[in-house]
Amino acid sequence: MLRSRLQPLHPIAWWCWAGTLAVAASRTTNLLLLGLILAVVAWVVSTRRGNSPWARSFGALLRLGLFVIAIRVAVQVLFGDRVPGDTWFTLPSVPLPHWAAGVTIGGPVTAQAAIGAFCQGLQIAVILACFGAANSLASSFRLLRCVPAGLYEVAVAVTVAISFTPQVVLSIARVRDARRLRGRATTGLRGWRGLAVPVLDGALERSVALAASMDARGFGRRSSSPKRRRLTAAATLAGLVGLGVGLFEVLDSGSASGIGLAVILLGGALVIGGMAGASRGPRSRYRPDRWRAAEWLVVASGLVAAGAVVAAGGSDPSSLTQPLYPLGLPAVPLAALAGILIATLPSAVAPAPAPVRAQLQEAAA
Amino acid sequence: MISFDRVTVTYPDAPAPVLDNVSLTIEEGHFALVMGATGAGKSTLLRCVNGLVPHFSGGRLNGTVSVDGRSTERYRPRELADAVGYVGQDADATFVADTVEDELAYAMENLGVDAATMRRRVEDVLDTLNLHPLRQRAITTLSGGQRQRVAIGAAFTASPRALVLDEPTSSLDPVSAEEVLASLARLVHDQGTTILVAEHRLERIVQFADVVVALGAAPGEVRSGVPAEIFATSDLAPPVVRLARVAGWSPVPLSVRDARRLAPELRRRLEAVRRPVVAAPRGDRVAKVKALSASYGPIPALAEVSLDLHQGEVVALMGRNGSGKSTLLNHLVGLRQAQRGSVEVLGRAPATLSAPEAIRLVGLVPQDPGALLCAETVAAECRDGDRDGGLAEGTTRAVLESLVRGLPDSAHPKDLSEGQRLALALALVLAPEPPLLLLDEPTRGLDYGAKERLSLQLRQLAARGHCVVVATHDVELVAEVADRVVVLADGEVITDGPSRSVVCHSAGLASQVARILAPAEWLTVEEVASALAAPASEPAPRNETAR
Repeated sequence: MLRSRLQPLHPIAWWCWAGTLAVAASRTTNLLLLGLILAVVAWVVSTRRGNSPWARSFGALLRLGLFVIAIRVAVQVLFGDRVPGDTWFTLPSVPLPHWAAGVTIGGPVTAQAAIGAFCQGLQIAVILACFGAANSLASSFRLLRCVPAGLYEVAVAVTVAISFTPQVVLSIARVRDARRLRGRATTGLRGWRGLAVPVLDGALERSVALAASMDARGFGRRSSSPKRRRLTAAATLAGLVGLGVGLFEVLDSGSASGIGLAVILLGGALVIGGMAGASRGPRSRYRPDRWRAAEWLVVASGLVAAGAVVAAGGSDPSSLTQPLYPLGLPAVPLAALAGILIATLPSAVAPAPAPVRAQLQEAAA
Repeated sequence: MISFDRVTVTYPDAPAPVLDNVSLTIEEGHFALVMGATGAGKSTLLRCVNGLVPHFSGGRLNGTVSVDGRSTERYRPRELADAVGYVGQDADATFVADTVEDELAYAMENLGVDAATMRRRVEDVLDTLNLHPLRQRAITTLSGGQRQRVAIGAAFTASPRALVLDEPTSSLDPVSAEEVLASLARLVHDQGTTILVAEHRLERIVQFADVVVALGAAPGEVRSGVPAEIFATSDLAPPVVRLARVAGWSPVPLSVRDARRLAPELRRRLEAVRRPVVAAPRGDRVAKVKALSASYGPIPALAEVSLDLHQGEVVALMGRNGSGKSTLLNHLVGLRQAQRGSVEVLGRAPATLSAPEAIRLVGLVPQDPGALLCAETVAAECRDGDRDGGLAEGTTRAVLESLVRGLPDSAHPKDLSEGQRLALALALVLAPEPPLLLLDEPTRGLDYGAKERLSLQLRQLAARGHCVVVATHDVELVAEVADRVVVLADGEVITDGPSRSVVCHSAGLASQVARILAPAEWLTVEEVASALAAPASEPAPRNETAR
């Protein structure tokens, strides 16, 4: 069956793609590789995101990333371990009592310390950017529709919470405006103090209105008994947690340990059991997201990128790190770079988002 | 289809019931209009239909409400979702999904409608409500009228037998409102849906109604009947009906079209009366907007707007939803800084002033006047007002007293009626005596009585030398109160002229009286009434600003 023109890429495919790139970033502090991952992610986001409110989360997380880098470097310079190496400058140091051994304030700042901290900060920033890209590219509403039926209530609560955030931002702006119109301070501590109550008040009223609207449109009509529902939800949730812990164990140690695999298997079984046990209730799906060739290609491109980086680390671990002793330019692992470039594939195979499509049609007309 | 049998509703902690022993029946396939003064219990009545009262609101409901043979006592709102679609007052607070299509399908997903039927019904609703070009758009990017239509569609896709709407056009411009109401009428005609609508602006809706349910001031006073019968005696009536009473037409026409057939005779009588144009002395310039441009991201909001505002004039700012009215007001009050061009009030740029300085120069009553109120009681609110403005104690209270008499000191601002809340907000803004007063959509939720009082207050303020700017969609208010009308479209000033010529010569902005008596230039019922009462050649009482 051909892909409907209106069918966006499956949200889980976007999350897998972004997740694999985040794994790739977590394996390296090589500036070249991190920079390329960031560029690839930014390119795909710029070509494939819509103009919905969540599409702006990429920019927000980029800014958060810059903040992380700044904090990481500042903490290293001010309080970090005194790393030996080429001293750039020396900060006045504060002697601390014996019991605070291990903590230092000030002292010589070396190029190695600053650059090392910068690379680590950048690594976190790139992982954040991958997370932001997933948020920008996949609608959280659609993603939550994919959760197992047993977790449906949880998913709805999360949906409501997500739709809330932009509203709270708007409501803060409204309350600040109202304070200005009353001739009160809008900045500084005094300005912020008067905000909380009216904003929370508005948020509460809104959530009651939303709940009424959802109820009036039949939300919560279910056939199975509440007891069974709770049981299947608990099983699914426990299974998902188990899967997460097991995966972390395996990824963190870099080898498939017995315990990790066992936890993964147990978690998987629980999830499948929970999903099978949960009655679907009377709910049906409008335009269910389907998994087709484009989804496979998008996920595969991310896997290739992550695989290439992991393989480069296997054959030559030093190629993935920033050389500090002596300080030097990062290595150029060609295979890893090529693998990361393959992750730009979604900008070609994923369907264009609706507004972009409309613009293209207008341009053609 | 919908029946109320001796229904009494009492909210928790309320001393008296909102509805008292109400019985009424709405037949299948009828378009029923619920009208009544603010606080008469319209919303409560509507929310009873699908059981939101009492299941969501709390309180007690005695008697029986039933829809399609099902009683709300036994069925919760979710179980009535296939019988009743409900659209609340604030459409923005009801959206669950983020694109139009998903929002439309939401109710059907909950009801378990199969995929093929869902696709077909979504297409039908997209066509009926003319939402087809917007199907993939994120809801947050739509205009007010479009969002309202999505909310109606979302309630309607599950094809309920009845549709209940609470003031669906209160925030819409005249053209969008007409579009929304026309699509409702289409649902009645094509699909036999029963519709129950509450609305204050009767002039927009009366022509569509088969049945009118009139709620009186007392909680038990409910009359229902065909519109002609109800409006023969009702206090609340659209201008067309009041004009008919003045002119002595019977039976009472309900639409402009019916009234125009009877109008030639009245026009002849009015021709004999000279309506002199009295030039109101125009005061000094209060504010000057010069080549002001503004944008939200890539979207332009104002383009090269230039405007002079003078003492003693009431200026109506009109234009579609999203045409830049609020943006212009925000610049005038200094909430936004001019990016290009300049804004000056008495020679100073409001955005550069501190908040306490700014409120002495220009005041704005925002669209939701409640946003200005944050104290627990009316008295505390007035005290805060005095303190914020550095005024003598009791100033704000005195201003409030001049607007509405006898608001109890201990009342909570949230418990006041819409009109009283507006008056309180207006008093807070007026207390520091700003020469420039701005109001954003002040008649939303006001009944005719409250609106009349507001018009009177605005005229008095202008007479005392304030410059009053009102951004509004309410053409009847403009006809009542404005000296001058400025029309914005896509951020540009399209028209700027005396209200009589603008209102009488624009299809979308004409008041009912202006439409009925065109090409003669009459604006309001009061004007016609006093002209008919006065002996020929006496000047009509209303002054006109000559420009």
